[in-house]
Amino acid sequence: MDRRKFIKSASAVVAANAVAGAGPWVPSASAQTGPIRIGLLAPLTGVVAAGGKEMVEGFNLYWDQHGKKIAGREIEIIVEDDASNPDTALQKARRLVEQRNVNMLIGDLLANTGLAVAEYVKGNGVPYFIPIIAADDLTQRKRIPNVIRIAGYSASQMPRPLADYAYHKKGYRKVVTISQDYTFGYEQCGGFCQTFSELGGSVVQQFWQPLNTADFSPYLAQIQNLKPDVVYAMETGADANRFIQQYANFGLKGKIPMLGCMNLTDQSVIRTLGAECDGIVSSAQFCEGSTAPATEKFVAEYEKAFNKLPSLYGFSMYSGAMWMAAGMTAVNGNVEDRPKFLEAIRKVVLNDSPLGRPVRLDAYGNPIYDVYIREVKRRPDGKYWNVPLETVPNVSQFGKYDPETYLKQASYSRTFQGIRKS
Amino acid sequence: MTPRARVGVAIACVALLAAVPFTVPGYKTSLVIETLIFATLAMSIDLLAGYAGRVSLGHGAIFGIATYVVLYHVTTGGGSPWVAMLLGVAAATAAAVVFALLAIRTSGVYFLLLTLALGMIVWGMCLRWTSVTGGENGLRGVVAPAWLAAQPVFYYFILAVTALMTWLMWRFAHSPFGLTLQGIRESESRMRALGYNVPLHLFIAFTVSGFFAGLAGTLYAFFNSFVSPSTVALAQSVEGLLMVIVGGVGTLFGGLVGAAVIIALENVVSFYTERWPMVLGLMFIVTMIFAPQGLLGWGRAVLARRRSRDGS
Repeated sequence: MDRRKFIKSASAVVAANAVAGAGPWVPSASAQTGPIRIGLLAPLTGVVAAGGKEMVEGFNLYWDQHGKKIAGREIEIIVEDDASNPDTALQKARRLVEQRNVNMLIGDLLANTGLAVAEYVKGNGVPYFIPIIAADDLTQRKRIPNVIRIAGYSASQMPRPLADYAYHKKGYRKVVTISQDYTFGYEQCGGFCQTFSELGGSVVQQFWQPLNTADFSPYLAQIQNLKPDVVYAMETGADANRFIQQYANFGLKGKIPMLGCMNLTDQSVIRTLGAECDGIVSSAQFCEGSTAPATEKFVAEYEKAFNKLPSLYGFSMYSGAMWMAAGMTAVNGNVEDRPKFLEAIRKVVLNDSPLGRPVRLDAYGNPIYDVYIREVKRRPDGKYWNVPLETVPNVSQFGKYDPETYLKQASYSRTFQGIRKS
Repeated sequence: MTPRARVGVAIACVALLAAVPFTVPGYKTSLVIETLIFATLAMSIDLLAGYAGRVSLGHGAIFGIATYVVLYHVTTGGGSPWVAMLLGVAAATAAAVVFALLAIRTSGVYFLLLTLALGMIVWGMCLRWTSVTGGENGLRGVVAPAWLAAQPVFYYFILAVTALMTWLMWRFAHSPFGLTLQGIRESESRMRALGYNVPLHLFIAFTVSGFFAGLAGTLYAFFNSFVSPSTVALAQSVEGLLMVIVGGVGTLFGGLVGAAVIIALENVVSFYTERWPMVLGLMFIVTMIFAPQGLLGWGRAVLARRRSRDGS
């Protein structure tokens, strides 16, 4: 093609478009019929890819069991890989919304990916559901009306009952915390330390270690010297795996009891561990070893489908799918009416979730749970799983605090842990 | 190509790009916006890599510093986006000055590693200085001025800025100063013997290159409304460099071609498979084997061969 021809054809394209008047200013009429499109964002590559795969498994399991149809409309699920990277997550969210015309988004695992997508949907009002993203402020100080944490939890919500249990039931008074050095860790430790210190316990020392620490021995040596009553560990993924192993190898197991965040003893971590994870106590809304019939049924089905015990990722996405389905049914499939749909999602009371207990949202878009204090125990078949020790009913993201007062307090950070000096 | 033909091609390119918001509105336009921004980054890297023979792995950090400054100034500081843009470019240029002072006396693999290390320092700072940078979670907020909110308007704004920057970089590369840089690339000792102040030239080149990278970073802040340590991470520098290599080192416009190819591939391939990084990797290998001078360099070679055949 020579230059003249090229210019001619290029200008022809421009002219044709101007005539057609198909400008981007005119939004295309949204289809009221046709399928309901759900954009599922999950890290299928990158550092948390293992968790991402379980998210997709859990989500699909629900729809496979219950049929991909609601109020006569097909459900179409479009999966995109966020690559464990916030910039990619943002790009993929844009593609799902702008190119694939999804009606709603769900997913993401890492807080930074979720926060990036949340900022994007803040501008265009697309409903975005976050069963895994636990960043406190998404349902607290920086709420976005169309971002709802269905079937999820906020980071500081779960450790509070555990701190209470540690102080009252176990009589621990001195705690050392060790945590990955990022926001999720600050929030989990903050929840634990604030409650524990307000009860009268003392936080002797807090260690913040970089993500992907290979060798914990410097921290373990210091923990040994500090002689606390108990250690609270906030580790996820491979760090959790290594920490538990090295804790046992270092000879601390059995000497200083270990408490953990829910992620520390999640199936995604302890699945590959042996006796070294035995006896760690944590707190969570989900407990795969619970004898509640609904939980037993879910665990059996999940084990049958994927040949492994469900992790929090699989469980949360399964319940998230259930929650979405309930909301869609309530508006008779008309998800295009966003205010009504979001209202319906907020009003859902999930009676038949794998927890076997009704779950609903608080006024800020975060679920209220009966929280299990759970302990890792060996199953007869040799696998380890979490079994409930006791249940703390109705735990909201604000714990025992008044929401308005609580929101005036700063967000948890490395420097602010809400610790009361005694 | 004759100068007239060159102007013709340039006009045709701009006309084609100008038609984008009408022909492919929505997501694809946003991809082109992203391409233009990364093309500016890639071309700024090419200024150093292609003309001065200094391959930098720190430009992602310089780019990201500007993005951070813009987001911080507007969201946390509540300032105006234009002031933020100025501050962002200034901060990036200042960072480039520091990088340059430390790195220009080295060359080859030492330069590569030194810029890599400097970039990692910036990344570490962004990750750990939580009170300012938001740590792992980054900074969020719409920072572009309100009149740029409509996508076509924003697109033309980016197109205009990119066109201007491209022209400036082209002028810079083809000025006597740019020729001196090429001389330094070919033989540093000879240029020194001819009386050129080699370190000073490299210092200025690095700073100018950092200025353009910073400008791309401020545009990215407008576009993305979000920044996190991944924006200043090594992967960002590498991606910019790969765009240059795919497009063609030392061709300047190769950055544009490379950015378009990589961003398009990333999006098309990930449509079909979650193993898209593997496909990208294969593509890089194929490019290296069959078109080591990059796509643009390869295209030029093919054109030149055909012309010489027609001539004979």
